[in-house]
Amino acid sequence: MSIPKITTARWDVEDGHTLAGYERTGGYSALKKALEMTPAEVHEEVKTASLLGRGGAGFPAGVKWGFCPPGVWPRYLVVNGDESEPGTYKDRIMLERDPHQLIEGCLLACYALGLSQCFLYVRGEMAHGQERVAAALNEAYEAGYVGKNILGTEVSVDVVLHWGAGAYIVGEETALIESLEGNRGMPRLKPPFFPAAIGLYGKPTIVNNVETLSNIPWIINNGGQAFADIGEAPSTGTRVFAVSGHVNNPGVFEVEFGTTTFRDLIMGEEYGGGIRNGGSLKAFIPGGASAPWFFEEHLDLPLEKGTVDRAGSMLGSGAIVVMDQTTDIVKACHNVVRFFSRESCGKCSPCREGTSWLEKILQRIIDGNGRRADLALLMDVCDNISPGIAWPPKQTTICPLGPSAVSPIASVIERFADEFDAYLGEPSTEQAVEVR
Amino acid sequence: MSDDMVTFNVDGNEVSAPAGKLVIEACEDAGVYIPRFCHHERMNPVGMCRMCIVEVDTGRGPALQPSCMLTVSDGMIVDTQSDVTKKAQDGVLEFLLVNHPLDCPVCDKGGECPLQDQTMAYGPGESRFVEEKRHYEKPIPVNDNVYLDRERCILCDRCTRFADEVVGDPLIHFMDRGNQTQVNTFPDEPFASYFSGNVVQICPVGALTAKPYRFKARPWDLAEVDSTYPNAMGDRINVQSSRDQVLRFQGVDSDAVNWGWLADKERFSFEALQSDNRIGSPLMRGGGLNKADADGDELVAASWSQALGSAAKAIADTTPDKVGFVGGARLSNEAQYAWTKLAKGLVGTDNVDAQLGDELPPHALLGLPRATVAEACQPGGVIVLIGCDPKETLGTLYIRLRHAVVEDGAKLIEITPTDTGLTNVASASLRARPGEAGTVARALLAETVSGHIGGVDEDALATARDLLGSGPVTVVLGRGSLSESVDSVLEAADAFLDVDGVRFLQAIGRGNTMGALDMGMSPGLLPGRTSLAAGQDAFSDLWPQLPNSDGMNTAAMLEAGAAGNLDVLVLLGADPINDALDPAVAAKALATVPTVIAVDLFVNDSVSKAHVVFPAAAFTESSGSHTNLEGRITAIRQKVTPPGTARSDLVIAAELARRLGHDLGLETPSDVWEELGPRSAVHGDVSSAAIEADVDGVLITATGRVAFAPPDQAVSREPVNAYALRLVTARRMFDNGTMVQQSPHLAGFAGQASLRVNPYDFNRVGVADGEEVRVSAPKGSVNVAARVDPGVPKGIVVLDYNRSGADARVLLDPGATSIDIRLESKGGKA
Repeated sequence: MSIPKITTARWDVEDGHTLAGYERTGGYSALKKALEMTPAEVHEEVKTASLLGRGGAGFPAGVKWGFCPPGVWPRYLVVNGDESEPGTYKDRIMLERDPHQLIEGCLLACYALGLSQCFLYVRGEMAHGQERVAAALNEAYEAGYVGKNILGTEVSVDVVLHWGAGAYIVGEETALIESLEGNRGMPRLKPPFFPAAIGLYGKPTIVNNVETLSNIPWIINNGGQAFADIGEAPSTGTRVFAVSGHVNNPGVFEVEFGTTTFRDLIMGEEYGGGIRNGGSLKAFIPGGASAPWFFEEHLDLPLEKGTVDRAGSMLGSGAIVVMDQTTDIVKACHNVVRFFSRESCGKCSPCREGTSWLEKILQRIIDGNGRRADLALLMDVCDNISPGIAWPPKQTTICPLGPSAVSPIASVIERFADEFDAYLGEPSTEQAVEVR
Repeated sequence: MSDDMVTFNVDGNEVSAPAGKLVIEACEDAGVYIPRFCHHERMNPVGMCRMCIVEVDTGRGPALQPSCMLTVSDGMIVDTQSDVTKKAQDGVLEFLLVNHPLDCPVCDKGGECPLQDQTMAYGPGESRFVEEKRHYEKPIPVNDNVYLDRERCILCDRCTRFADEVVGDPLIHFMDRGNQTQVNTFPDEPFASYFSGNVVQICPVGALTAKPYRFKARPWDLAEVDSTYPNAMGDRINVQSSRDQVLRFQGVDSDAVNWGWLADKERFSFEALQSDNRIGSPLMRGGGLNKADADGDELVAASWSQALGSAAKAIADTTPDKVGFVGGARLSNEAQYAWTKLAKGLVGTDNVDAQLGDELPPHALLGLPRATVAEACQPGGVIVLIGCDPKETLGTLYIRLRHAVVEDGAKLIEITPTDTGLTNVASASLRARPGEAGTVARALLAETVSGHIGGVDEDALATARDLLGSGPVTVVLGRGSLSESVDSVLEAADAFLDVDGVRFLQAIGRGNTMGALDMGMSPGLLPGRTSLAAGQDAFSDLWPQLPNSDGMNTAAMLEAGAAGNLDVLVLLGADPINDALDPAVAAKALATVPTVIAVDLFVNDSVSKAHVVFPAAAFTESSGSHTNLEGRITAIRQKVTPPGTARSDLVIAAELARRLGHDLGLETPSDVWEELGPRSAVHGDVSSAAIEADVDGVLITATGRVAFAPPDQAVSREPVNAYALRLVTARRMFDNGTMVQQSPHLAGFAGQASLRVNPYDFNRVGVADGEEVRVSAPKGSVNVAARVDPGVPKGIVVLDYNRSGADARVLLDPGATSIDIRLESKGGKA
């Protein structure tokens, strides 16, 4: 069975980002169709599709939509377009190449949930995406797809654009809500601040990722079942992966969810095209910088949420970063930890202090000033951020950013002990420190 | 077990707690202390420091949870001692310490530092951190009194939450991110809050320190006692001293009063009490060679014997109706009783007035059904604020009212001429024109009105009226502006008396005014909230000279003094030259009365005109009690010895009585309650033991026999002159008051008086912001710097009261309903 392109169909259409191009290629037909259906029917299609959230956690969108406490209004839809996980750049291209598809997805979600207010939060650095989305939204308002009495019906939805100010943490949904409210982007503690119950302005709020919502028009046009028939349940439909690093052909690829393997994506001619310079795979990050690393033996795992979770990592935001045999693992590890250290929002102590401490220890090891005890220290600091260093992670922190910095260290410290040893030097040269 | 209790298990013990209580607090109630830094019981939880993380099992297996964010539920199992809990807490403490400078030996907080204490109790004991610590310039001032050391800061969000949530001055905030996160002010904007000192008290490390205390003492050298600050709120304080010097006031968490908070005006005023300007010995008019000489020009030191003898002779040599006593609101309840007994019972004059004519009259303070602060702030209640701005005059009442509105769903309706500190949280703001608060109140309570009433339009009135029915109504009543007749405020109070179950909280300014009135320091009153006539029987056996007819109030005494009809004027902590509404009459009275006797802490402008001066002990130097604006009597406790030979006000009264040939029969505070209790209609439950026993003191709930007297008729309104602006005078937190001016770290905040004008009116005058203008009223004129203030409605100007540069009293006319002024640039152009 050939797999249809669900979210990336218009990426090759020159004017796919304009209203004309979008309408010409079937755009807004799902909206028209949905307006003939009841909101509950629209919601039911999404449930049937078993569409997993594409932002990182992979929670079924249809189920999430049902979480708002009854009778509490107003409610809001917030679109998380703050894609900033290193290695992840699928939402950006969706915003640039097919903004109307996202807008239509938002409208369908609002219709299904009876909402009239949607906030579209776009990462601050995505200047081109912002321009495209803003232009598309203006067109959509002009054409009557958005705003008061959409297409002459009683349905009214307003979409408000908001540009981020450049903080990774704002990709976390509660931090995004704080930022949207005009506050410093710092996550809220869950519980009690589950957005579906207490979200934007203290009201029930559904937060969905750009890619998640971009799937909705296809689902409404083709039916939830057609979507569910693709992929391997519960990972249905297609999914867009960003492949980067030491591959011959880095890029963004839409593949069938649940059946395609990492090997297909990294080595396949039509995708990653194999390791550069004919080299060999040393390690790869399967789901964005937060995810624990995978290695050679994981290549044949399918891109399926459950399988990857059980193998000790996650598909996360769909970013696959490939490292070949030339990679200095200690430096690579330091690089990722440094990112999280710098992007820690500073709210809770274990993340604020712990991630920077990890970075400093790694830097010291790289600088040749490491001590053999530092390896145990690294792991113990990791343990104090993420007790047990298990997967899925436990945390002493408010949000998962702290444990994200633990992932690379825990992934490599034993497997590549020899590389750490090389930096630490001969054991005999070490000065013994008396510790009481 | 009632429905709202739940049972949970902490460390193996079944305990019950109210549903909805936070685990950290429920455990503490059960005797299990969970370490914490960011949690503060008077602020919303934030879960930042992670120190209080414990293993909690709610049926899905044990998991680490911050106990400050989690409420207890039935069957919950909390383990504060498990290995996982201990490892996590150990880890958090290590994280907090990795960048902490450990400069404890030179840190003010050392010895009373939660970080130090919890490191001892829960910490790893040694550091594994070998890298370089975070460095910042240390310390930096965030305002004139508070220093911030960002190296010591553990980023618990207490100070920033306090500024934002508790007092609504969000002027300090987190900056930068990750490991560089720091607390700071915005560029070029200091942490200009009246309440900034509180952040020093709640800081769990030594990051925030107060300039007046820095490097003055170590905590273990401090001796302390709980006491009451004798301001109108009666804020509970902890007085801390070392080597007989008061070095610090800290707020004490009293549920009923200040919740642990203090305004800077109170917190840093201990410096005034330590001032070299305090009077240390009796003073008398002197000539050469320091000899007492009634016609001398200067005040010179005298002996107590000389001074008492001279004062007693002057009183004995005249008739009771020619003796007057002004002031007394500074005194403790007990001293007030002693002086009332001396004046009314022994000297036999009713010319006694603790008030200076600038506040609500006694019948409005004693005769209206009174609310407690807690009643005024009850969740879901309706607060009607009439005529005053608590943020400027009653700092901790402002905090309580703000909390009621922001956190507890109370509705606030303002009937004030201009914006107040509470305007941004008010549900309705009715900008009544000066002198028309009563009209607006009547219109608000009327079924329907149309058009503009007193400057308020019908829609605003209707909006506010809808709120009135949403809960029990408390009126916070004050006389904020002296340029309008007090009758307009009284008329408003009278209107609200028709509301079912209404209660009043009187926003008074001078500290122990309520105590003074309860002790009879007002013409026509006797102790126990009763009139001269009604109280005769109770006191006649002990008080041989009870006057028969009502005496003069302060204004009448000063008039009489100026006219040569008073022989002795006793100033009990009063400064009529600076505080009486007519400064000229006050000055003339002090120059004319043959014998002026002053009892005070400082030589102020009026005391400098006295003939005999007795040095008094301040509230940190003598024990007694204080009555706050809700009628709550709390203990004042001595901590240090008075300067020189200064004595308590009570002892001075007793000594003077002895020289007059009487034994006052009062030597200690408890003597007063033993004598007064059986004779007073309202003080029956009060005893020194009862006051001492409770941090919240004794609340007088009985009502007295003084009736509220509404104004005879509706206040007549002057038509608004299109060319004139209506004057409001406003008291500010920091002014030329003695305590502020004698405190080096507060005096600078008083600044120069300014006139605040709406931008529309301002533009018509044609001057630059801050330029001097001439303000002309029928009675006089002043020059003052004018400032644009959009919080002032059109047609109104607000002049600071009791600040340097412009004496607002020149413009006042006590008889007028309101005062219209003309505003001109000094060049003369209008």
